[in-house]
Amino acid sequence: MVDAAFFVAGLALLGVGWEVYKAIGPANGGKVLGVRILPRTENTAMPHVWAMFRAFSKPEVRGSSRSILSVVAAGAWFSGRMALAGLFLGVVIGMTLAIVMARYKIAERGLLPYVVLSQTVPLIALAPLVVSWGGKLKIGGFTWQRWMSAAAISAFLAFFPIAIGALRGLTSPSPAALELMDSYAAPWWKTLVKLRLPSSVPYLVPALKLAASAAVVGTIVAEISTGLRGGIGRLIIEYSREGTSQPAKVFTALFGAAALGLAMAGLVALLDAFASRHRPREAST
Amino acid sequence: MTAPAVEVRGVTKVFNKGKANQVEALTDIDLTITPGELVSLIGPSGCGKSTLLRLIASLIEPTAGTVLVNGKPAEQARRDQDYGMAFQQSGLFDWRTVTKNIELPLELRGWDRAKRRAQAAAMLDLVKLGDFADHYPWELSGGMQQRVAIARALAFTPALLLMDEPFGALDEMTREHMQSELIGICAQTRTTVVFVTHSIPEAVYLSNRVVVMSPRPGRIAARIDVDLGARNDDTREASEFFKKVTEVREALRGFEHVEAMPRGIEDR
Repeated sequence: MVDAAFFVAGLALLGVGWEVYKAIGPANGGKVLGVRILPRTENTAMPHVWAMFRAFSKPEVRGSSRSILSVVAAGAWFSGRMALAGLFLGVVIGMTLAIVMARYKIAERGLLPYVVLSQTVPLIALAPLVVSWGGKLKIGGFTWQRWMSAAAISAFLAFFPIAIGALRGLTSPSPAALELMDSYAAPWWKTLVKLRLPSSVPYLVPALKLAASAAVVGTIVAEISTGLRGGIGRLIIEYSREGTSQPAKVFTALFGAAALGLAMAGLVALLDAFASRHRPREAST
Repeated sequence: MTAPAVEVRGVTKVFNKGKANQVEALTDIDLTITPGELVSLIGPSGCGKSTLLRLIASLIEPTAGTVLVNGKPAEQARRDQDYGMAFQQSGLFDWRTVTKNIELPLELRGWDRAKRRAQAAAMLDLVKLGDFADHYPWELSGGMQQRVAIARALAFTPALLLMDEPFGALDEMTREHMQSELIGICAQTRTTVVFVTHSIPEAVYLSNRVVVMSPRPGRIAARIDVDLGARNDDTREASEFFKKVTEVREALRGFEHVEAMPRGIEDR
């Protein structure tokens, strides 16, 4: 409850700050020490906060019966499903990699550098490749859908924090705990299920939070770079083109993206509350 | 004649053999423990007493010699779950209730749920923690956690209990209380115990026999039989008790001058 109050207060403060700067800042931008860094404050660059909210209720195109709110909501839902699919795929891939790396020291040495390296590949370069590879994929009755490319790209971002976090978690049990399992002559996979996986929960929760937001970013970037229609990413591009006539419009899409990110974070928080319901408030070990 | 509970013959353990950091932990250990005995291993830190316990538990392999538990190779005994083990840290799993912690070894042996529940409840009564069945370990005091760990070690009623300084982290009062509890439990369950400690009174109070080990490379320096009869609160103040404490202390002092030497090598 208190957290929610702080969150709302923070948002309000941000809005007030925006309006205060808009009121006192230079209309055509300003220079500090000869460098142009102060943003312009006129309405096309910084629309009023209320203008942004009012934009939600306007029709998307002149004469249309659909309001921007319903279009943005539909777009967020569309992107959200892809982000969820990407997050799910990322968790599966990340966990699998982490388990393999925790099991075989040699796999850790061989795989880990590539896992890290994978995150330096620019997503924009990757997107067309995924689309073209996916397009060639045909297994039985299965055909590659375009949204799957976006989910795959989002998974590409999401798997990384999971793989790193899970690897740390899986290798976190103390030597004494591992020795105990040894004394029970427990096979490796039982040690995994009874000891290593439960021990990795405190490491997985923050990893999952990072992965959830990465999945949203990945989806939006993928939509933009593959030209997929119907999601938030596409709306951001379309609305920003109307920046001069309807400057507040693009902010509705940005709010939609932010709401999507929050919804994903909320989902992870729920999972966390469930998984840690029987743990001490502050993990001391 | 039944097989000894533990039989260690000519065991030597060298860590990192052939490497620059080679450490000779144990040299030529012979030790036979008969069923029902309570034997303490005592010695200065680094004398290899924990190593010896781990060899008996088959958590590590000897470099030379053989270890038999219940007449079979230690590795086989581990697979057959012939022993239970308790460590200095209770090593309870935070995410499991007290009951579920005690059930862990039973789960791994494939016991069904009802049987596990009943056994865990019996073990909790044994260590007098019946009221805490559904608590989580972090809600218990250190002494209570250690009692849960002992209940877990005894869960499948093994004939042999291996304990590595299980009371080392407890305060003196709790410690003495736990020692009496352990003796009571062992008398009740007729369990053989090998107990590693560096407390002389603890070793004397608990044991039928105190095995004194010399500093690295670990050898058995003395075996001191302790016959104090049934233990109770007066035992700790009896003159025979102090006599035995002195005897063990002198056996440990015997190599004090040797101790200074290998330490310099260790630190390098």
